[in-house]
Amino acid sequence: MSDKTTRLIHAFSALADLGEEIADTRDFEEMVRSTLHVVLGSLGLRRGAVAEYVQGGDLLRFVAAWGLGAKTPTNFILKTQCAEIFSMAEPRPLSLGDQEQRELIEQRLGAQLTDAIKELNLSLVVPLVVHEKFVGLIMLGGKATEEIFTSDEREVVRTMARHIGVGIYNHRLLHEIEQRAEENRGLYEDLRTIYRDTVRAFAAAIDCKDKYTQGHSERVGKYSEVIAREMGWDEERIEGIAVAGYLHDIGKLVVERNIINAPYKIDAKQSSELNRHPAAGYEMLLPIRHPFADIPLIAKYHHERIDGRGYPEGLTGDQIPLGAKIVAVADSFDAMTTDRTYQRRKVFAEVVEDFRKNAGKQFAPEVLAALCRALLKEVTGETKERKMAKLLGKGYLESEECRPLLIKLIAELESDKLLAATSMA
Amino acid sequence: MVDSHDRSPVRSERSGDIGVIYASDYLNKLSGERIERECRAHLSAGCRALVVDFKNTGLVNSIGVSIMLGVIDAAERARAPLVFSNVNDQAAQLFELLGLMRHAALAKDESAALAMLTEVNLQPSLSVLVGELT
Repeated sequence: MSDKTTRLIHAFSALADLGEEIADTRDFEEMVRSTLHVVLGSLGLRRGAVAEYVQGGDLLRFVAAWGLGAKTPTNFILKTQCAEIFSMAEPRPLSLGDQEQRELIEQRLGAQLTDAIKELNLSLVVPLVVHEKFVGLIMLGGKATEEIFTSDEREVVRTMARHIGVGIYNHRLLHEIEQRAEENRGLYEDLRTIYRDTVRAFAAAIDCKDKYTQGHSERVGKYSEVIAREMGWDEERIEGIAVAGYLHDIGKLVVERNIINAPYKIDAKQSSELNRHPAAGYEMLLPIRHPFADIPLIAKYHHERIDGRGYPEGLTGDQIPLGAKIVAVADSFDAMTTDRTYQRRKVFAEVVEDFRKNAGKQFAPEVLAALCRALLKEVTGETKERKMAKLLGKGYLESEECRPLLIKLIAELESDKLLAATSMA
Repeated sequence: MVDSHDRSPVRSERSGDIGVIYASDYLNKLSGERIERECRAHLSAGCRALVVDFKNTGLVNSIGVSIMLGVIDAAERARAPLVFSNVNDQAAQLFELLGLMRHAALAKDESAALAMLTEVNLQPSLSVLVGELT
């Protein structure tokens, strides 16, 4: 094969190598280092460096260098407007060995920087310009043959420099996109925080209406969260069910305060007025674009019962969304374990008995079982973070009977018989 | 010393004061860097000459050439003669055109390379070796 053909094949093959290296965006510095090797290896050059232009700082940062030994600098400080001058000039390789071209380099980089490049034994300077933007500089040393660069070789360098410039430019774009995405993530997190705070404020407003149920919405949110986690829900859905718990009684805002706070058994008319709150809550929550699904429906159906005797629609079994079943259990658990106007809170054994009696009728057994398992984990110390014990107050879960009561109820709830009975309903 | 991350690994051994490095089937970035590492390790360990054997090497790419120029640099700094052996015709022509053979000698095979280096009695000057061989 003739020398010319061999050179040509090697140059073409080097261009292919270059494309492959530039396409690899995993490690920017490694990408630049490899592309420098391709340029050096395609022409048999013993040394070279690639520096990127750092916007704003008028700096040239050395990203890759080969054959410079310990002399490799970290940065070059550019003279003012250097980037603008390079952006407008034709991006052709300029040789320090040619008087006219050396003067051009000095005009653009300044005499000091030109001397520094020469001291590194680098003789060819190639600006990297993409879309009329100066992105960096390639500086190349002499050939291993010690011959001067031919016009063909300068053309090869120029072509490769364009590719490397695009590689650096693309990396910058990618970096900017990542930064924007990071900013957007931050903004999204801020919005989520605002949403959570707003939900909490609403929950406090709801509970303010009833002096005996202060903190009820927040507790229902927390119990719902624990139950959902025990049922294996993912974090996104768990956050959603907590919000649903916080807002489940929002409809009470439209119910008269004297009905909510009545210290006696309310009559049928008042009861009907009070029972409007799930549907009213649904209407209030529906127009809001919640980041979680089903929140209006959970508010609407949290008084439905498995046996169809609940309200507002008398839904049964699987017709009731699982989220509403969870909030229903959390709501009743909190109602039973806090003092009310008409009754003192129940002791734990009574709560367990109520669950047993109403499993498959009022409550979904699988949800009750999840609550009981979570309670058992707190009783036995399996769960270090005793969220429910804290909400229930000191001593409530510390009785010796809690553990056997829960174990027995869990076994009953998880038995096939009861689950089958529920699916029938 | 063996670096066996691929099918045809770069490996090396020492023959007296000479470090012999065996290149793999494709001289590219990965194998080139391994060769360079081996060469530097031999020089640091006191070797006074290096042989890079390309018996198994079919292809050489641009990055491989650049890294071999780095090996030449390292050998020159250590004033250690460098011989390439078993280089196929295509790679030999490329090395010649790109100027590598101005800084390293070429031998038919590994024994010839070792003989060359022994004959010149490891003179600490590459130019002496290259001069004697040409």
